Amino acid sequence: MKRLLALTAFLATPALAEGELKVYHWFEYIPDDLVQKFEAETGIKVTIDTYDSNEAMLAALKAGKLGQYDVAVPGDYMVKIMANEGILDSFTPEELPNFGNIEPQWLDVPFDPGRKHSIPYQWGSTAFSVNRDVYKGDISSLSIIFDPPEELRGRINVLDSQGEVLTLGSIYLGIPQCTQDRDQLKALNDMLLAAKPHWASFGSDIAKDVLVSGDAAAGMIYNGFSAKARAEGANVEYAFPKEGYVVWMDNVVLLKDAPNRENALKFMNFLLDPENAAAVTNYAAYSAGVKGVEPFLAPEISGSPENNPPEGQKGFFIEACDEATQRLYDAIWTNLKK
Amino acid sequence: MAGPGRTTPAGDATYRELVRPLLLPSWLVIGILMVLPVALMAVYSFLTREFRGGVIWEFTLAAYDQFFFDRGLFGDEPPRIEWTYITIFWRSIWQAGLATLMCLVIGFPTAWFIATRPARTRGIWLFLITIPYWVNLLIRTVSLRFLLRDTGPMNGALQSLGLIDAPLPIINTNLAVQIGLFYSYLPFMVLPIYAAVERYNFALSEAAADLYASRWATLREIVLPVVKPGIVAGCILVFIPSLGAFLAPDLLGGAKTFMIGSLIDEQFRGSQGNWPFGAAAAMILMTLVLFVLLIYARAQGRAPR
Repeated sequence: MKRLLALTAFLATPALAEGELKVYHWFEYIPDDLVQKFEAETGIKVTIDTYDSNEAMLAALKAGKLGQYDVAVPGDYMVKIMANEGILDSFTPEELPNFGNIEPQWLDVPFDPGRKHSIPYQWGSTAFSVNRDVYKGDISSLSIIFDPPEELRGRINVLDSQGEVLTLGSIYLGIPQCTQDRDQLKALNDMLLAAKPHWASFGSDIAKDVLVSGDAAAGMIYNGFSAKARAEGANVEYAFPKEGYVVWMDNVVLLKDAPNRENALKFMNFLLDPENAAAVTNYAAYSAGVKGVEPFLAPEISGSPENNPPEGQKGFFIEACDEATQRLYDAIWTNLKK
Repeated sequence: MAGPGRTTPAGDATYRELVRPLLLPSWLVIGILMVLPVALMAVYSFLTREFRGGVIWEFTLAAYDQFFFDRGLFGDEPPRIEWTYITIFWRSIWQAGLATLMCLVIGFPTAWFIATRPARTRGIWLFLITIPYWVNLLIRTVSLRFLLRDTGPMNGALQSLGLIDAPLPIINTNLAVQIGLFYSYLPFMVLPIYAAVERYNFALSEAAADLYASRWATLREIVLPVVKPGIVAGCILVFIPSLGAFLAPDLLGGAKTFMIGSLIDEQFRGSQGNWPFGAAAAMILMTLVLFVLLIYARAQGRAPR
């Protein structure tokens, strides 16, 4: 970080007149040379501070750092929380010449309908992977996890994460998220309890490791983890189930009271340029939400099956429920693990 | 009149005044590191839950209510006893008790063995017991996972020797958790028992034998009463951390069921946490532990000196 600051300060000194940009970002999530490219193109001096969780970022902003930063990069549900807290500024599509580059499917997202506060940064998905040496049958349905075939029973790892497990379960049953309908919640609860005996373990950090080692023959997993498992030699296939899968997306938001609003918009516009979006994707190995990145992508990423869902398959964001509804889902989760 | 060496009441007072400031650091340590955090936790357990982590400063008994009373999934049924958390606590107590028993069964003979070696080799044996504990607990637990897994070296060796046909299903079971807890906390059992046995006067055993006591009677009537403080201390030192352990249940047991430790951990994680409930569960756990210690203290108090 210090090295980056020193370097950027050195590069940008002659053009200080163009002002500054204060970015609040995840740790190691933007390539250094992309930041330098932005500075060289605009003459704006960029300062980056980092955080390691959405909650930490929100807490810091609420504790008085609002007004010190221009942009931040929250995950999907956190965009909605921040908007509800009133700490996001809004912009119009006309203020971002590259606004039209956003892929249509990411324009009307549930956490920021119409993209008034945020633009896509990177996205990925959560579904499941299967060891193809163990099971050669059809893996197009979430039933692989929730009603598994004989070969996979007792050899399944599920993520130790309430959001992912309950949302994938809801997608499997075709019920909406954050529902208060008793029958639907009861059905979800019963389905999970019936599926649990087929699961060997709950674990998120170990999700890749158990597939590579063979401890598990199938597992709920993030697409990036599955790609790594494949790269490490495991014969695993990542499935985009027909019922749907979970997607997450990090987004660049314009913060309220941004000291350099104009420069922030320049930066967001810069990141919507396909070549620059591709540079982030090549670095982070997720997917950009921007049209026309393909020519600029590294071959191992553009050809990766984990990064390219089949046409027409639907991804769902994990929704942030209100407090009363969340209580019900908390109870189902506790019930599953008691 | 008072001779030299006898303290007068006045001398006592000056002595106390002299010593009091010197005790200040220990009072600070107890105050800042013990009383303050526990008091904070007690206060938090009575506050209102702030959605997505944190607390609202309004008094409520909601956290304790949630722990003890079940009002159904939708919260509108008449309250019944909530068995969920009692089950989780009972499971942890059972698990910790079993681990303590295993540590005692293996730890006592080990400590006895070390204490009866010649004085110059005892240090080496103790050294060997402590070596693995220079490595972080997390790393040792993950290593155990590698050892015990279906495709791990233990199953590999047994299979290549032809002793078993299929891998022993150990990983992700309670047995794996037991092995993890046993391995993690064994020295806490060995060391206090060793300290007690080392002080044991073996002439007592000889005297007992001279008086026609059987070996069993000697162990029960002579040895055990003398080394009992060491055994009790060892049991407490193993039982209490096992009770709150969450590394072994999560990494070796597959995290399929909550333990006290993982239940509390979950309440402080991410956006789904419930701080007051986590604090309340921790308070209840601490009360349980204090109860165990109280029983120990009373047993010690009654023991013939």
